[in-house]
Amino acid sequence: MSVSANAAIAHDHHDDHGHHKETFITKYIFSQDHKMIGKQFLITGLVMGAIGIFMSILFRIQLAWPEEASWVFEMFLGDKYSTDGVMNPDAYLALVTIHGTIMVFFVLTAGLSGTFSNLLIPLQIGARDMASGFMNMLSYWIFLLSSIIMLSSLFVESGPASAGWTIYPPLSALPEAIPGSGTGMTLWLVSLALFIAQSLMGSLNYIVTVINMRTEGMSMTRLPLSIWALFVTAIIGVVSFPVLLSAALMLIMDRSFGTSFFLSDIYIKGEVLAHQGGSPVLFEHLFWFLGHPEVYIVLLPALGITSEVIATNSRKPIFGYRAMVASILAIAFLSTIVWGHHMFVSGMNPFLGSVFTFTTLLIAIPSAVKSFNYITTLWKGNLQMNPGMLFSIGLVSTFITGGLTGIILGDSTLDINVHDTYFVIAHFHLVMGISALYGLFAGVYHWFPKMFGRMMNKNLGYVHFWVTAVGAYGVFFPMHFIGMAGLPRRYYTNTNFPYFDDLANVNVIITVFAIITALVQLVFIYNFIHSIFFGKKASKNPWNSNTLEWTTPVEHIHGNWPGEIPKVYRWPYDYSKLNKEESDYVIAGQDFIPQDVPLQDNEEELSH
Amino acid sequence: MTVFLIIVVIALLGLTFWQMSKILKLSNSTDHDSNQVANNTDNKNQGYLMIAFVSFLYLLMAYSFWNWSDLYLPEAASEHGKDYDRLMFISIGLIMFVQVITQFLLFFFAYKYKGAKGRRALFYADNDKLEFIWTIIPVIVLAGLIIYGLFTWSDIMNIEDDEDALVVEIYAYQFGWKARYSGEDNTLGKANVRFIEGTNVVGVDESDSYAKDDKITTELHLPVNRPVLFKFRSQDVLHSAYFPFFRAQMNVVPGMITQFSFTPTITSEEMKNSEYMVDKVKELNQIRKEKSKELVANGDVALDPYEFEYYLLCNKICGISHFNMQMKIVVEEEEDFNSWIAEQEAFGESLKKEEEQKVTSNN
Repeated sequence: MSVSANAAIAHDHHDDHGHHKETFITKYIFSQDHKMIGKQFLITGLVMGAIGIFMSILFRIQLAWPEEASWVFEMFLGDKYSTDGVMNPDAYLALVTIHGTIMVFFVLTAGLSGTFSNLLIPLQIGARDMASGFMNMLSYWIFLLSSIIMLSSLFVESGPASAGWTIYPPLSALPEAIPGSGTGMTLWLVSLALFIAQSLMGSLNYIVTVINMRTEGMSMTRLPLSIWALFVTAIIGVVSFPVLLSAALMLIMDRSFGTSFFLSDIYIKGEVLAHQGGSPVLFEHLFWFLGHPEVYIVLLPALGITSEVIATNSRKPIFGYRAMVASILAIAFLSTIVWGHHMFVSGMNPFLGSVFTFTTLLIAIPSAVKSFNYITTLWKGNLQMNPGMLFSIGLVSTFITGGLTGIILGDSTLDINVHDTYFVIAHFHLVMGISALYGLFAGVYHWFPKMFGRMMNKNLGYVHFWVTAVGAYGVFFPMHFIGMAGLPRRYYTNTNFPYFDDLANVNVIITVFAIITALVQLVFIYNFIHSIFFGKKASKNPWNSNTLEWTTPVEHIHGNWPGEIPKVYRWPYDYSKLNKEESDYVIAGQDFIPQDVPLQDNEEELSH
Repeated sequence: MTVFLIIVVIALLGLTFWQMSKILKLSNSTDHDSNQVANNTDNKNQGYLMIAFVSFLYLLMAYSFWNWSDLYLPEAASEHGKDYDRLMFISIGLIMFVQVITQFLLFFFAYKYKGAKGRRALFYADNDKLEFIWTIIPVIVLAGLIIYGLFTWSDIMNIEDDEDALVVEIYAYQFGWKARYSGEDNTLGKANVRFIEGTNVVGVDESDSYAKDDKITTELHLPVNRPVLFKFRSQDVLHSAYFPFFRAQMNVVPGMITQFSFTPTITSEEMKNSEYMVDKVKELNQIRKEKSKELVANGDVALDPYEFEYYLLCNKICGISHFNMQMKIVVEEEEDFNSWIAEQEAFGESLKKEEEQKVTSNN
């Protein structure tokens, strides 16, 4: 850079925003800086994740050793929820319900897409911040409020919501039907309503930012796949979350104001209720109109992160960039017209069942394209085995394993006998739970240097990955078999059916793997916290990556770039591109060309 | 058994902690000479681990199929169940084929192309032909599966007006089931929860003449080889009537009547004496015996030996006792069924009895 250029940059910088003094509160707490908000989302998400995973361990212990006393229950559930150290059935149902809610919404939606949309969108498209920093801040604070309300529901007298995370009425509407449907359910609904509000604020912000604030030269076809995924995720969120809000509002009215949207002909506790004419099936439609796209809201960011991490660490362009974008769009579109596959045996018209089978199995096509493209990206690469890369490869593996069983569940015929069994649990935990968590971990390991200016310890990362990878398969692969044996989900104990007695040892194996897998997450937590303060100082571009976030200084500054925003001249995947003579890389001795490097004389211009 | 397993878990936990402490030490000592980016040695080690991992995955899959395939339900006891199982086995075969190949490619490439100094990655951004191939192959395979599945689906779900079909109402409540047979007229009387009163526990309309011969029972008996049309009704919350042995399931929704139809083909006797079930029950009783020993040692009551019966269970979360909401199903020859149903009291009769009782008590 010449001296005159520097002067111009300084001038430009001055115009953009005057320097204002930051206090501790504006910097760390009520921050409007997208990087700080991203970190706030991440840490809140991780805390919620630890709680959610811990809950799953509690009920897994009950499932492996049903109705046996344990000090663990006495300690964490207390006398109220465990009689003489034996978990009560209502505690079990509450735990599965809150585990599901926390993991799906608070960890994998807000913790994953909230974190990386905030961190990556401005940095990777070349913007100084989000379109509305204030709305962004509001979004986080409403998220935190909603998390606190959800957690506070654990402590109410009648217990937290316990009608399953899908909260189907009438069970969720009638405190007479289950104690958790009292105050606990009210808090659940309030918390979710706030959650939806924060999600919409965030999503609208992401969409506007991606559309309007890309830097010069950053055309849509030059966007990194992570941005494509986060952008499309935000659109799905805007389309589908309001529908859940309407369902929640109607449920609130049924519960508190005597309306009958979802209730009809009910006789409970010796009394006929006045409700007449509503239908629980309507609720199922509304719930899954969000519920299914939600799966992709969870998964697409993970796939986007993986695309980015795999390309960088393979030192190769992602294979089939356009096909990857097309797959994201196809998945997003199809995701909004498949919700009925959760309802094949709900009493819905069988003809609808056939339509939903058709649309559901169509999703397998873009998913297959994505998997094949990932595998081809590895082919003839120069794979740098950083922890983020390992988690990305792990994601592709679990995405395939879990996705394939979707072919069975998406088929209305086959769904009849495995619906709501452990087969379903195994399927969705692999394809969206574990896969999305791997995406989250891949993102954290990869962008940790960008977030905290320090590196995470790679050896601890390796241990974390391999134990998790073995453990996750150990938990969920055997689970398919007990599902095939016809074992229903959400059973407090299976001992009332002697026919299930021979499944007990499989349940023990699953629980042992689950405990080990959960414990090894402590390694991650240790690594995460330790590295924030004592990690090795990161260099500017530790992974030799092409995308714009690595052109910003290690020290965070408000506005991201100290000078002018870089211009973009190429797509983000020029890894190992050779010069015209094929004698060396385009930039001699360097196997990557960042997006802000203009087209060189010795390279061929390719359209991707 | 349980004590042993707890010991195993504790041992494994100990092992985990020990390993973690070792790793912590290890990581601390390497901190100073590493910038925490994977180097040549890391790439090599992790590459080998990739192969080790795919071997583990294959072993896990083989072990699971070898040990737990027989957990799959016994031969389907309904007419459509055979088609169901065939479609299931074709689908499992297909997905396992794809699974084995793609997982191998994924981890093998990860191993083969592990980074090394001086290695040059191939700049390979797209290939329309390849992408077309792996778009079109899933399209064709899935089209086949969809068409096959949809034919089976419409066979199962299209309930024809069969004069011969036995009409039975399955009535669900927290936390149990009742069956209502439609009697000689083969038509169920009208019902609504608003009619529930006294002995009329399922809310049958007393003024409906079709209701007089309805019979309400707590066990479900079905004649073999005769189509049964089930009408499902719930008293309070959502339930799901799950008949795993007949490959049948339908949600039970308050406020509406859902239906499902199937033809049982294997009687309870035949199922009990099938090779699969004899082995299974023997194994189950072995497990129960061992468990009983433990229980007796603790001063508890021993478990009863198990004898197989078909059952119906609830498969939609419905409250605290969801895990124990079941009904015994007996499939028997037509004549046995007829003599059983003849013994059951008709709704009209029990109504009369109740009236008489009222009269006598008033006197």
